[in-house]
Amino acid sequence: MSNYYLDHLQYLETEAIHVMREVAAEFERPALMFSGGKDSICLLRLAEKAFRPSDIPMPFLNVDTGHHFPELNDFRDRRAAQLGARLIIRKVEDAIRQGIAVPAPGEVSRNRLQIPTLLAAIEEFRFDCCIGGARRDEEKARAKERFFSFRDSFGQWDPKNQRPEIWNLYNARLNPGENMRVFPLSNWTEQDVWEYIRREQLEVPTIYFSHRRKCVRRHGQWLPVTDLLPLKPNEEIHELVVRVRTIGDIISTGMVESRADNVDDIITEIAAARVTERGSRADDKSSEAAMEDRKKAGYF
Amino acid sequence: MSVPANHPIDILRFNTCGSVDDGKSTLIGRLLYDSKSLMEDQLEALERSADITGKGQINLANLTDGLRAEREQGITIDVAYRYFATPRRKFIISDTPGHVQYTRNMVTGASSANLAIVLVDARQGVIEQSRRHTCIASLLRIPHLIVAVNKIDLVDWREERFIEIRSQFEQFLPRLDIKDVKFIPLSALNGDNVVETSRHTPWFSGPTLLGHLESVHIGSDWNLSGFRFPVQWVNRPNNPSDPQLHDFRGYSGQVAGGIVRAGQKVMVLPSGQVSTVKRIWTLDGPLEEAFCPQSVTIELQDDIDVSRGDMLIGPENLPGAGDELQAKVCWMHPRALLRGKKYLLKHTTSTVQAMVTAIKSRVNMTTFEPEPEPQELAMNDIGEIQLKTSRPLVYDGYALNRLTGSFILIEPGTNATIAAGMLNAPQQAIHLEYTDFVI
Repeated sequence: MSNYYLDHLQYLETEAIHVMREVAAEFERPALMFSGGKDSICLLRLAEKAFRPSDIPMPFLNVDTGHHFPELNDFRDRRAAQLGARLIIRKVEDAIRQGIAVPAPGEVSRNRLQIPTLLAAIEEFRFDCCIGGARRDEEKARAKERFFSFRDSFGQWDPKNQRPEIWNLYNARLNPGENMRVFPLSNWTEQDVWEYIRREQLEVPTIYFSHRRKCVRRHGQWLPVTDLLPLKPNEEIHELVVRVRTIGDIISTGMVESRADNVDDIITEIAAARVTERGSRADDKSSEAAMEDRKKAGYF
Repeated sequence: MSVPANHPIDILRFNTCGSVDDGKSTLIGRLLYDSKSLMEDQLEALERSADITGKGQINLANLTDGLRAEREQGITIDVAYRYFATPRRKFIISDTPGHVQYTRNMVTGASSANLAIVLVDARQGVIEQSRRHTCIASLLRIPHLIVAVNKIDLVDWREERFIEIRSQFEQFLPRLDIKDVKFIPLSALNGDNVVETSRHTPWFSGPTLLGHLESVHIGSDWNLSGFRFPVQWVNRPNNPSDPQLHDFRGYSGQVAGGIVRAGQKVMVLPSGQVSTVKRIWTLDGPLEEAFCPQSVTIELQDDIDVSRGDMLIGPENLPGAGDELQAKVCWMHPRALLRGKKYLLKHTTSTVQAMVTAIKSRVNMTTFEPEPEPQELAMNDIGEIQLKTSRPLVYDGYALNRLTGSFILIEPGTNATIAAGMLNAPQQAIHLEYTDFVI
């Protein structure tokens, strides 16, 4: 085998770096969406690889639902500071107060309310492009997504009318008010993400590793017991050794029972897993097309 | 980006194409299912949808047809990407629908593929769609092709039928540019010869579909002769805290061909200035050499004017340059291509204006013969055109280098991507007689 040869992580890396540099070169006001989750942690390393020794030429953006795991927000703030980046946080809480996001009667989840909050932030900062960490292997509506995903002036995705994407030639052209979402990790799988975290020795929030936590069984999932998720009658608290596989809101993220307390163990666990990553996300289970509907409305 | 020494896992990208009922989605479902790449919650979701729409039977196609309209209408609308891995390789599947907008979708799904699978229904044999898909695979220069003769169970596993279909293909394959073609008889629905060898086809001694996907040699699919480096982004730190970086000026990009070494001479095109590679910078430390398709940042010895859209080249296997170009295009938009119209053309990292000066021919998909001087190219047509660009392009023929020989056309105003283009080889390489570049 020749030396001029890339293994799968190197191939995915060079593809993602190319995409990020296209964003920096083609857009006026891009932003990088950083939540502190494992996918966006990889995005930050790729941004360093794409742009160093210069500064990463775009601010970081996070929509804070107010229902985040506290460990995640701490990590997010610390990592952004380490990289010397400007971190812009827009809160669903504030969007509700300003009337930008309006909860339905009895709506507890902040998932849907992230959409108007994000769109308002895009308008406020006149972002023409947002880089996100979504992957096509996560969900079947995402399997149809382009690297450069065009959104009209209402922030909508039209899956039936996407721009053809050929070779590595990305059409980044927009008219005023339109927006691009760009997904450098499109071709990465959950396994690739963890293998990259291992190869690059990236720090991740502690909730990805197994720890003791008070949980309650609901809709076939172990949900963390917090002030936001009080017990219902007949429910009981179980103290379990768990970790998260994917992070959403603290009220809808299922904890998985696991003893994996380091990256190697996590990779072994995923390789043997019989359930997908998003199998533990209640927000995707609400209907067969839950993700498609949210994406059409302007979701990440 | 160090290169690991022992048995790395690589990625094979393949595209599946076939017409409406050839069983493409079923084949992908079968590959995922039999290679144990499907998870319990995906199977549960399949079973749930089977109760609703499938009269109780699991429909493997529901795995790939993810959009609501697709499930309702039982069709595939857009290119879908799927991922699976075996201990030997990782796979990226692009699944392209065979009915409407097929050229557009297939070109999107197949442009960067190492391999294409063309599905044929054993009962139907070769139909126009099979010829069209094979023709597009050839046009895109996909290095490897598998003809999957599906539903072989429905022709009673007969070898004669398999041979008949193979010879139908072999009649037109010599007119195309595909070097590696394999024929495999299989039943996607029952799993014969997909992952497991079928006991119904003892007359077939070749590998199963997965066996072939795992072993086909793709090491030489990238171009490693003739250094090409389209400058993507100029890397100049603002107010760096590190004093060593005050004068840092690097050119970031992805190597689009060949190999570059620290200390070698390079030329900047189109300006023609010559310099020496001072350092190949990466976050992980400097590299002695970089090759296609690595992403790096190149520092030059001399302070010369280089910006996005310029191309660094090495002294061997020189590219062509010019503002009058000949190319094959796949037209992808309902508004037809007209002579004299102006478009934007994106080639590597440069975007220029382009005017179509002639439509020389259109490919007849039944005979593969060019029909001279058509009035227009309509959606899904493939033809040869002549272009004039506002600035000269530095390019290679697509047959030599996919990355420096390809372009897209964008319609000004709507910004729609309306065509994929493949450049003909330049008449001659650039002239270097007035420079000291030739070593």
